[in-house]
Amino acid sequence: MEPLARHFWDGCAAGELRLRRCTSCDTWQTFPREFCTACGSTSLQWRRAAGTGTVHAATLVTRAPSDAFRPLVPYAILLVDLDEGVRMMAHGMPGLAIGQRVAVTFLAHEGRHLPRFVAL
Amino acid sequence: MAHIVGAGDTGFGRHEGRTTIDLMTQAATAALADAGLRRGDIDGLICGYSTTHPHLMLATVFAEHFGLDPVYAHAMQAGGATGCAMTMLAARLADAGQCRRILVIGAENRATGQSRDSSIQTLAQVGHPDFEVPYGATIPAYYALLASRYMHVHGVTEADLAEFAVLMRGHAANCPGAHQAAPITVADVLASKPIAAPLKLLDCCPISDGGVALVVAAEAAGGGAHIAGMGQAHRHQHITHAADLTQTGAALAAERALEEAWAGLDDIDYLAVYDSFTITLTMLLEEIGFAPRGGAAAMARAGAFGPAGSLPLNTHGGLLAFGHCGVGGGMAHIAEAYRQLAGKAGARQVPDRRTAFVHGDGGVMSSHVSLVLRAE
Repeated sequence: MEPLARHFWDGCAAGELRLRRCTSCDTWQTFPREFCTACGSTSLQWRRAAGTGTVHAATLVTRAPSDAFRPLVPYAILLVDLDEGVRMMAHGMPGLAIGQRVAVTFLAHEGRHLPRFVAL
Repeated sequence: MAHIVGAGDTGFGRHEGRTTIDLMTQAATAALADAGLRRGDIDGLICGYSTTHPHLMLATVFAEHFGLDPVYAHAMQAGGATGCAMTMLAARLADAGQCRRILVIGAENRATGQSRDSSIQTLAQVGHPDFEVPYGATIPAYYALLASRYMHVHGVTEADLAEFAVLMRGHAANCPGAHQAAPITVADVLASKPIAAPLKLLDCCPISDGGVALVVAAEAAGGGAHIAGMGQAHRHQHITHAADLTQTGAALAAERALEEAWAGLDDIDYLAVYDSFTITLTMLLEEIGFAPRGGAAAMARAGAFGPAGSLPLNTHGGLLAFGHCGVGGGMAHIAEAYRQLAGKAGARQVPDRRTAFVHGDGGVMSSHVSLVLRAE
């Protein structure tokens, strides 16, 4: 795993959601990069997100891709619009509806702590 | 102005014991026969990737295997848009004077060449390796996320989506070589096994073996189709990064192709649109403008996309029923459009088709390529 992704996942293990923001133009990054795609600046900072947001899209997966995920079936995958203005993919409690307000929790699975949103 | 002068396919389904190279060979042989050409007539080769035969130099491998001596060879990967993208490149090569006759091929033993889990995991890798794949996401899950949002915003129902699965099976029933031609009903689709809600098994295309090849030529050969317009758009790779799920790039690609062809949507009388899932077809038809937002299913119910309708759509059965073998799956749309324009569609022939619109989508509405074909 590359270092920026590692920092995100280490944050999840520590119970926090970490995002990157450009210090030059204030653009938040959807995926962490070493540069800002909006202005090209390489001056970026990690910030701790509030961990709250709104469900943008939701699916309930019943056909897992691998043995590692079969024990979790059925599991909900969401796109969440975080209050900071960044969209992210995450797990969620089954049954969450589009437009619902949610807050992040973390689920330990296969060596990662997956962000898993619950109703706020 | 480049022309499609031949098309060939293997039929889709299960081809036990046949490799990617075998299926490429079979499709290429059929395309050459259709075009009335021999190996020595071909001076360009473009091959699509194969997940069961990942090679650094697939085009060169195939040129040697098949006995070609091309002045230009190229292997391409753009997911489901690869077939349209290869055809576009072939047309540009012909227009530029680089090649006179280009063989374009996509084939794969996607069904029998690997386990189902392996296939599902390979395809899931179009997602982000650090921020999407670790959630146990699959291609159906990515498209289900799209579907959930689209249904929420535009009032599309699961029964609406099901119409397209039913329609494609109906078309496949008239097409030799279709993978899944048994008729189904909307109720069957709704009752089929859930995969990634709101998508059920019958909302998803099957995984097939098969291959399709085309011959693109600088000069017309009589009775073919010419490639009048081409356009692309690539606005995101990952669904998490798609700013607007109702403007994915499909409409941009279509506008660019139509502009080059000096055509409008009203000039189109045949549709060949990528249909990996029922939601794919719904979103593409509506974003590009062939149906109003939320209205594609109503048009399907009214018969607009059937053989007797104003916009016959995927008359071979599309990915949902003719099948999906990877790159060849998207190429089958082009082959069918060519056959309809050239009067070679046999029992499926729709009379008097003049202008076809073809669209390929790669990834998760990530990579878009549109073609406008005209009858010679």
